[in-house]
Amino acid sequence: MPANRFNGFTDYGIGIGLRLAHYDHILKNRPVVGWFEIISENYMIDGGRPLAILDRILEQYRVVQHGVSAYFGSAEKLNREHLKRLKALVKRTKTPWLTDHLCWGSVDGTYSHDLLPMPYTFEAAKLTARKIRQARDYLEVPIAVENVSSYAEFHVSEMTEWEFLSEVVERADCGILLDVNNIYVSSRNHDFDPYTYLNSIPADRVAQIHIAGHSKFQKYILDTHDHPVIDPVWKLYEHAIRRIGPTATLLEWDDRIPSFEEVHAEARKAEKYAPALSALSTAFNEAG
Amino acid sequence: MKLVELQKKFAQALMAPLVPGGVPAPAAGFIKPNAHLTARERLEIYRRSYWYRLIDSMHEDFPGLRAVTGPRAFDQLIRAYLADCPSRSFTLRDLGSRLESWLRAHPEYAGRRLALALDMIRLEWAHIEAWDAKEERVLGPEDLLEPGPRLKIRLQPFVRLLALDYPVDKLRLSVNAGEHETASNLVLKKVRRRIGSAARMKPRRIYVAVHRLDFSIYYRRLSVEEFTLLSALRDGRTAGAALASCCRASRLPIDKLRARVEQCFATWAELGWFSK
Ligand SMILES: [Fe+2]
Repeated sequence: MPANRFNGFTDYGIGIGLRLAHYDHILKNRPVVGWFEIISENYMIDGGRPLAILDRILEQYRVVQHGVSAYFGSAEKLNREHLKRLKALVKRTKTPWLTDHLCWGSVDGTYSHDLLPMPYTFEAAKLTARKIRQARDYLEVPIAVENVSSYAEFHVSEMTEWEFLSEVVERADCGILLDVNNIYVSSRNHDFDPYTYLNSIPADRVAQIHIAGHSKFQKYILDTHDHPVIDPVWKLYEHAIRRIGPTATLLEWDDRIPSFEEVHAEARKAEKYAPALSALSTAFNEAG
Repeated sequence: MKLVELQKKFAQALMAPLVPGGVPAPAAGFIKPNAHLTARERLEIYRRSYWYRLIDSMHEDFPGLRAVTGPRAFDQLIRAYLADCPSRSFTLRDLGSRLESWLRAHPEYAGRRLALALDMIRLEWAHIEAWDAKEERVLGPEDLLEPGPRLKIRLQPFVRLLALDYPVDKLRLSVNAGEHETASNLVLKKVRRRIGSAARMKPRRIYVAVHRLDFSIYYRRLSVEEFTLLSALRDGRTAGAALASCCRASRLPIDKLRARVEQCFATWAELGWFSK
């Protein structure tokens, strides 16, 4: 949805991920960008260059935090130290909403540093939702969870992925970061119709959308974020925008990162499917 | 199967060392196969990405150690390390935090270059710590208006002090040059030669400060007096106590020592090494 309680009632347009390779270009040329998404963990540190750069970016741009290690779906308790650092960063960036993944990744304090797939069970949905609520209460910022790309399914699953996503966000009363590329990747890996997925999720909970490129192998597709967005994913995006409304959209490009202009141009292709977003992105920079 | 049980089984299979045969068969029992991939193949996708992510991170953090042991021994060393010491932190930055103590307990992985390898690990870990350590409020001239023996001067967290037996600071710099994409074979050969001769050297004590300046990391050699003085300040001793320990460690005549200490303090203050 455009502005809703899951994205802090903001109307952000098209954003791109803030990456090390583009720091110098951004600070020197101050390009017009609707907003930047940062990987929270890169800035959950005590000092040094990344934090100094972030402070300069914050002077000129709107920033939204995206995390990769909250692991709401891990059976263990939330990591207090992680939350403390995350909250300090939330205060620094004043992120209007905060996102992380609907996945697990740690067991007994040992970390995989991966976004591991959930078994789609009611037990898992209940536990995950409880942890999302706890994190939101502590961090005092709306949370949206992202659907991940996956390469495995479990025998114990009791529902589909989209049913599980809906179950979790309803129980947690939180938002969705809808990654249409991840829906596409998983639909190919698990043989389901991505449009059924899109049509089934609670549209009024979508706080933000992710688009990205991936790599195709002979027997599966890997979510690599190292290519432009492919046409079938743009088609899905178009459908999502029609169903949800013009929603803050972010292009992820994390590997073999091309020039800033190239990444930005790729992100702005979204304007074709959601013209309203273009006005939102530039209006902010003109005002600011 | 309960969530906690499933995740434990999955993690156990995920983190089991990569061997040519792939995943042990029973490990994949909880994963569904599909038309293109067996359960083991599906798990293998995750296993590979787990191991290569961690291995890549160690490569990035310890290029000097890799140059000391050679690439093949390095690969075996880090795989064994990661099997024994998987990540206990939400950030990969901390992945190498236990490498020094682990290698001390498993010296066979560094062979005859153990001492050199341990020194290099200490330098490279200090590098990681200095990179993102906090910068406390820098001590200004106003804080030194009334210097006395009880004055407390703190060392900034981004200054790390090391007592080493090998010139790993110089070696690491030459490794950096060798790692550069445009480095010629000649440069790489030179790096290998330097490391070879360092490994054959008799240990000789050196002191190095690994520190951050304008968001870059530098290695600065220290004298024994400087090292003793700075270590005392780092440990929270007063300026007076730090100076006394410096005098004890030094063989210099007192007036020479005083002149040198004054000069050092001026330099360190300029580098922003002190906080209140
Ligand atoms: Fe994503």
